[in-house]
Amino acid sequence: MERIRPETEEELAEAVRGAEGPLRIVGGGTRGVDCRDDLPELSAGGLSGITLYEPGALTLVVRAGTPLAEVEAVLAEEGQRLPFEPSDMRALMGTEGMPTIGGVVAANVSGPRRVQAGACRDSLIGVRFVDGRGDVIRSGGRVMKNVTGYDLVKLMAGSHGTLGVLTEVAFKVLPAAETVAQVEISGLSPARAVQVMAAALATPCEVSGAAWLSGTGRVLLRLEGFEASVDYRTQNLRLALADYGRAEIRADSAQVADMWRELRDVQPFAGRAGDVWRVIVKPTDAPLAAEALEAEEVILDWGGGLIWALMPEGTDARARLSGIAGHARLVRAGPETRGRIPAFAPEPEPVAALGAGLRRRFDPRGILNPGLMG
Amino acid sequence: MEMPLPDPALCADKAGIVARLKAVLPGDAVIDDPFETRAYECDALTAYRCLPLCVVLPASTDEVSAVLKICHEAGVPVVPRGSGTSLAGGAMPTADSVVLGVSRLHDVLEVDYENRFIRVQSGRTNLSVTGAVEEDGFFYAPDPSSQLACAIAGNIAMNSGGAHCLKYGVTTNNLLGVKMVLMDGTVIELGGPFMEQPGYDLLGLICGSEGQLGVVTEATLRILPRPEGARPVLIGFDSNEVAGACVRDIIRAGVLPVAIEFMDRPCIEATEAFARPGYPDCEALLIVEVEGSEAEIDHQLSLIRDIALRHEPVELRESRSEAESARIWLGRKSAFGAMGQISDYMCLDGTIPVSALPEVLHRIGELSKEYGLGVANVFHAGDGNMHPLILYDANKPGDLEKCEAMGADILRACVEAGGCLTGEHGVGIEKRDLMSVQFTPEDLEAQMRVKDVFDPKWLLNPAKVFPLEASASRRTAGKAAA
Repeated sequence: MERIRPETEEELAEAVRGAEGPLRIVGGGTRGVDCRDDLPELSAGGLSGITLYEPGALTLVVRAGTPLAEVEAVLAEEGQRLPFEPSDMRALMGTEGMPTIGGVVAANVSGPRRVQAGACRDSLIGVRFVDGRGDVIRSGGRVMKNVTGYDLVKLMAGSHGTLGVLTEVAFKVLPAAETVAQVEISGLSPARAVQVMAAALATPCEVSGAAWLSGTGRVLLRLEGFEASVDYRTQNLRLALADYGRAEIRADSAQVADMWRELRDVQPFAGRAGDVWRVIVKPTDAPLAAEALEAEEVILDWGGGLIWALMPEGTDARARLSGIAGHARLVRAGPETRGRIPAFAPEPEPVAALGAGLRRRFDPRGILNPGLMG
Repeated sequence: MEMPLPDPALCADKAGIVARLKAVLPGDAVIDDPFETRAYECDALTAYRCLPLCVVLPASTDEVSAVLKICHEAGVPVVPRGSGTSLAGGAMPTADSVVLGVSRLHDVLEVDYENRFIRVQSGRTNLSVTGAVEEDGFFYAPDPSSQLACAIAGNIAMNSGGAHCLKYGVTTNNLLGVKMVLMDGTVIELGGPFMEQPGYDLLGLICGSEGQLGVVTEATLRILPRPEGARPVLIGFDSNEVAGACVRDIIRAGVLPVAIEFMDRPCIEATEAFARPGYPDCEALLIVEVEGSEAEIDHQLSLIRDIALRHEPVELRESRSEAESARIWLGRKSAFGAMGQISDYMCLDGTIPVSALPEVLHRIGELSKEYGLGVANVFHAGDGNMHPLILYDANKPGDLEKCEAMGADILRACVEAGGCLTGEHGVGIEKRDLMSVQFTPEDLEAQMRVKDVFDPKWLLNPAKVFPLEASASRRTAGKAAA
C-alpha cells in the first residue's frame, strides 16, 4: 500500500488536505493499530526531534515522530524521565520498528507507575495536531498549569489518530529515581493479592507499582526515590503488611528495574499462543473479573485496576465479564477474531453519540483511521 | 468588558419561565425576587454584576435535568454556579439567564478506602471533601486558596489547582468520574472508580470547560494517604533573578518539593506589616516545602540548603517544628488579605515557563512604572503560575480600566514568554477577549466545535471563554434554533 511520510507539519497538513480517501494513521506501527490495512498509510514518523527541553522547568516538547527511545535517552542524561512509564509492545505484538512518542500519546500508553504518577494524559501538557480538514490546531502549551480554553490535550490523548494527526507533544517530566526496591509476598490468591495491594497503596510509603502475576502467585510492590528514603519506606511497608504473609525485600535496583520493565511490556505473554485482553475494573473487582475470565494466565497491575489476560484464541472476554463494571479491549488476536469482536469496548448510547459528534466535527470527511475506536 | 444584549423576549417572559421552573422544583428552590437574586449577581470578580432572570437551587440530578429541559425548550441561557468564588467571572449571570446553583447538592455518597476514591455531590466544598476522609488518614489533593468555600463543581469547571500541584497535579489529575446533565436534560456518566475510561477522554474535556458543556452533579475523586509529615524552608534573596535560578537548580537536583512559593519585595513588605511573620528584609523570598518522614524531610531539606547556599541567600530559615512551619507560612497565606488592607487589587493568574521568571518580573516592573500602578508578586514558582496583584483605587474614576489594561499587558507578556493567560482561575469573562492573543482562529474554532457537540444551541454559559465576535454566529444561530 501507498506510504506517505511527511517530514514537516506543513507537509503533513498538506497530505491530509489533499487526501482523496481514508488514511491509516501510524506512528512507529509497533502497537498493532487495529485499522483496515488496505488503506494508504500516513506516518508521523518523519516528524522527529526534540523541540525544547528545560530540565530546570521539568518540561519537554518533542515532535510526534521522535522515537520513544530517543526521548528517554535525552531525559536520562539529565536524570529525568517520563513519569508514566510507557511500554514497548514489540515483543508482545510481534511487531518491528521503533515506538514513537506520538504513538504513545495517541494510545495514552500508561505503565505500572499509573497508580502513583498518573497516566500519559496526566503528564501531557500540550499538543499540536492536524485535524481531518488539514488545519493545524494547538492546545495547551509548555507550562504545567494551564486552564486557558478547553483541554483538547486530554481529548487527543488516547484518540488513536481518529480526531487528528499529532505533530508535536509537550510533557511535564519528573526526576528519575536514584534507586528502586521491591517488597514481595508469595503464594497469594487474587483476592488476597488485591487486599495486599490496596493496603500497600493506602500507606504513605509512595508505592509506585503494585502488581500480581498468576504465573507465580506473587505480589510485587515497588518503591522508588532517594536511597535512604527507599530503605526507610521499604522497611515500613514490610511492617505494615506483616499480617498478609512473609514479605521479602529485593534491594538490587537493576534487577527490580528489569522485573518492572518486563511487567510493563507484558513480557510473560510474549511469543505465546492465545489472544491478549486488557481489562479495566475497580481494583477490588479484579479477583471476581479474573475468575470470570477463566484466562490461561493473568497479570493484575495498577493494584488490580488493570488486568492483562492471556485467553484462548477467539474467546469473547467481554461476554465473560458481563455484570462486572469496567471495560475490556482486545489487544492482540488473529484476523478472524478481530473481524468478529470489536477491539474497543462499546460505550453507552448518549456517551457514544458525543464521541461520534466530536469525530464528525474534527474529521468531517471520515478519513482518519475509519473503523477504529468503534 | 462587554456582554451580549439580553434577549428582550426572554426578559419579558420572566413570569412564564419562573412558573414552569416552580412546577418542577420545591417552592423555595426558585428565587425570583430581585432583592434575593442580588446575592447571585456576581462572583468573586465583583467589578461586574448583573441580576439574572431567576436562580434555581435543585437538590438532585433529576431536578437539574428537569430545569435544563425547560430552559432548553424555552431557549433560556443557563449559568451554572458552584459557590461563586470564581475570580474570572465564570458565574456572572446575564439578564436573560437562569442561574443554576448546586449548593443543595452537598452530600458524600460513597467513601471507598480500598479503591481510594470518594464520590460526592458537586456542591460540596473542596475542604469538606478532605474533611470527610482525614480522620482515616486520607486527603483530597487539589487545594485552591478558596478551598473553605469553593465547590467541587466549580473546581471541575475551572480545573482548579492550588499550592501543591507540583507534586499532586490539578483537579483533572484527581478526578476519576462525573455524573452530569447535558443542556437538553440528558444524564450521562463519564469514568468512575477506574483508572482509565473507554473511548475518548470526555472526562478530561469536561474538566476546565467552565460550565459550558454540562452541569456536573456528582464527582468521583481520587483520595490519597496523607504523608507522614511536611516542613518548609524559607530562603531570602537579594534579587528575583537569583531566586529564579535557585528554583531551577532545586528542580534539576531531583528533589520534588510539594510546593515552591515565591514573593517579591512589595508583597513581603505588605505581609510583614499585616501579619508580622518575621520575614527577612529582601527582594525575593522562597518558601519550599517537602514531605515524608522526619528523616526524609531532613534529607531533602539538606539538599535544598546546599543548593540555596550556592546562591548566597540573605537568609535561610529551616523549620524545625510545627510552630516554625506555621510562622513561615503565615505571611504567604495572608498575602492576599495583606494586599487588600493596603488597596483594591486585581489578581492575575498567568503561567510562564519557570526559566522566563526574571524577564517577566522585569517586564511587570516596567509596566508598573508605565501605568503608575503598584504590583506585588506572589506565586507558585515550581509550576510557573504567577499571581501578580495590581493595586488600584476602585473609587477613582478610570483606575479600574487602567488596571485592566495593565493586566492585559502582563498576560500578553506571559504568552510571549511561552506561557498562558490563566493557570488555575479560568477564562470566564475576564480573559475572554484576550483568547486570540494565545490562540489562532483555527484553535478557537476547534474548541467551539466541542461546545457545538455538547450544547448545540449554545445555551450553557454562552458569553464566556470565547471572544464575543468569535462566538457570535453560533450564539445567534443557537438562539434561532431555540
